[in-house]
Amino acid sequence: MSEQKRIATRDSYGNALKELGHLHPEIVVLDADLADTTRTGIFKKDFPERHFDCGIAEQNMLAAAAGMSTCGLVPFVSSFAMFTAGRAYEQVRNSIAYPRCNVKICATHAGISVGEDGASHQCCEDIALMRTLPGMVVICPADDVEARAAVKAAYEYEGPVYLRFGRLAVPVFHEEEGYTFQIGKGEVLHPGTDLTIIANGLMVKEAVDAAAVLEQKGISTRVINMATVKPLDEELVLAAARETGRIITAEEHSVIGGLGEAVCSLLAEKCPTPVRRVGVQDVFGHSGPALELLKEFGLSAEHLVEEALSFM
Amino acid sequence: MTSEELKKLQITACKVRMGIIESTHAAACGHPGGSLSSADVLTYLYFKEMRVNPQEPNWADRDRFVLSKGHAAPALYAVLAERGYFPVSDLTTLRKVGSYLQGHPCRSVTPGIDMSTGSLGQGVSAAAGMALALKCQKKDSRVYTILGDGEIQEGEVWEALMFASHYHLDNLCVMIDNNNLQIDGWVNEVMSPYPIDEKLKAFGLEVEVIDGHDLNQIEAALGRARQTKGKPYGIVLKTVKGKGVSYMENVGSWHGKAPDDRQFEQAMQELKKSLEVLEK
Ligand SMILES: Cc1ncc(C[n+]2csc(CCOP(=O)(O)OP(=O)(O)O)c2C)c(N)n1
Ligand SMILES: [Mg+2]
Repeated sequence: MSEQKRIATRDSYGNALKELGHLHPEIVVLDADLADTTRTGIFKKDFPERHFDCGIAEQNMLAAAAGMSTCGLVPFVSSFAMFTAGRAYEQVRNSIAYPRCNVKICATHAGISVGEDGASHQCCEDIALMRTLPGMVVICPADDVEARAAVKAAYEYEGPVYLRFGRLAVPVFHEEEGYTFQIGKGEVLHPGTDLTIIANGLMVKEAVDAAAVLEQKGISTRVINMATVKPLDEELVLAAARETGRIITAEEHSVIGGLGEAVCSLLAEKCPTPVRRVGVQDVFGHSGPALELLKEFGLSAEHLVEEALSFM
Repeated sequence: MTSEELKKLQITACKVRMGIIESTHAAACGHPGGSLSSADVLTYLYFKEMRVNPQEPNWADRDRFVLSKGHAAPALYAVLAERGYFPVSDLTTLRKVGSYLQGHPCRSVTPGIDMSTGSLGQGVSAAAGMALALKCQKKDSRVYTILGDGEIQEGEVWEALMFASHYHLDNLCVMIDNNNLQIDGWVNEVMSPYPIDEKLKAFGLEVEVIDGHDLNQIEAALGRARQTKGKPYGIVLKTVKGKGVSYMENVGSWHGKAPDDRQFEQAMQELKKSLEVLEK
């Protein structure tokens, strides 16, 4: 396999934010004592007067952002996934989603790949929490190209958006040239007729790699990158179900409440199809190097291959 | 305390600092700065102040401790190891797969940890809950908690303090590690919580401000805390982040990064020298 460039999507976020900042003076950034590591510091360098450190006070930060948005500013608000979707959940619900405030919640350090900080920081429930909020757009990009495009799309979209980014550097597999991102549209990365893997975040690349291995074993595997968990690209999921008859979902998130369950709910009602959910299996994480943890928790191409083989 | 006792505690605190450096170096990550600033008070708590039994970590009548600033776990682990809860040699498993020394304290896997923490602002609530429960149960156990001065920006902290004074939790001692640094910079520049002592007073606590590296002052303050009736006690510990390792002192970037091999050698040399001076 060729050496691939690796970039953490939190870096993509910081870079895209800075670019957007130059174009749109109404963009402001709020941070909670994590400017460096969430990469909003990149924006702050160019626009110190538009970057507001809120201190370690996430609940206030989210609701303050809601207030700022009502005056015509477009706040991008950042902390770790645990402390945006988690700590400030009810502020997000009642002060952002319910009043339909134009706030972009940009959460970094999502999932198990946080690594050594351990379970208290490894948020595998954020997608579930955000998905249940009426009107909330939920996006989990897979690589640098998609992440930067998603940040721009979030700005263009009028209304609350939750964007999920990772700490770990992950392979960049999208070609920049001619790439477009559309909220609510999935992307077929590999054609297939026997099985479909629907993935998002860092599991997309794993799914593509798994499909290549499965191909050699005679299993034609479709791979769909479903960066937008909400609104879900229902047509694409239903077509995959009808045409391939088996679905595996893959996400760096609890199998409860995330992409897997979104797909299952849709299929149960509109096209009952056997589904296997690959993800974090209703357990807390623990400390360790990110790459080791991803293997241990079955968030790997190898595990997807195993799952596919036992599914056929 | 006698000068003999003082020296013994200082020696232990120095060993605790070595444990912090060794464990974060072995992990190649973690939080040395805020661990070093808490090392003295933690040493005093576990070696002189608290009623605990390392052989029986869950003894029902023990005093409780909650590290609300959970990222300082390396300091707590080093103190617990020195106190005999688990082998000092295990400190270097910090943050590794399979270790019971998680990146942030986890009560279900580590002996001696009374509460899981890591999400700032929550530990103090749990500590207040423990203090209330112990009062309900008519136990004379006390509860101690340490918060960061950045951590107290969390609104929940003030909810907890309001709760603690409302229920007259005089068995609760709340300590603020006032090193004036958080991740994004100086606490007063990021989001000032000052004046901390006045705020604690306004929330109904009896408060004093001391040098958080002076074990005699720590002893005196904790003694007064025990004598105080009807309200929780607050101690603002004036500290230096990174205390004891010259190049880490008052340098914000040592909040959440481990020393490399060369820096490790230098830190250990400095601490060994301090130890030699104390042991002379
Ligand atoms: C709720 C929450 N928000 C953010 C963080 C990330 N974080 C970990 S340590 C830290 C800074 C803590 O500063 P301070 O309380 O002053 O600790 P100290 O200086 O004693 O290390 C932050 C923001 C967290 N652990 N929990
Ligand atoms: Mg501090």
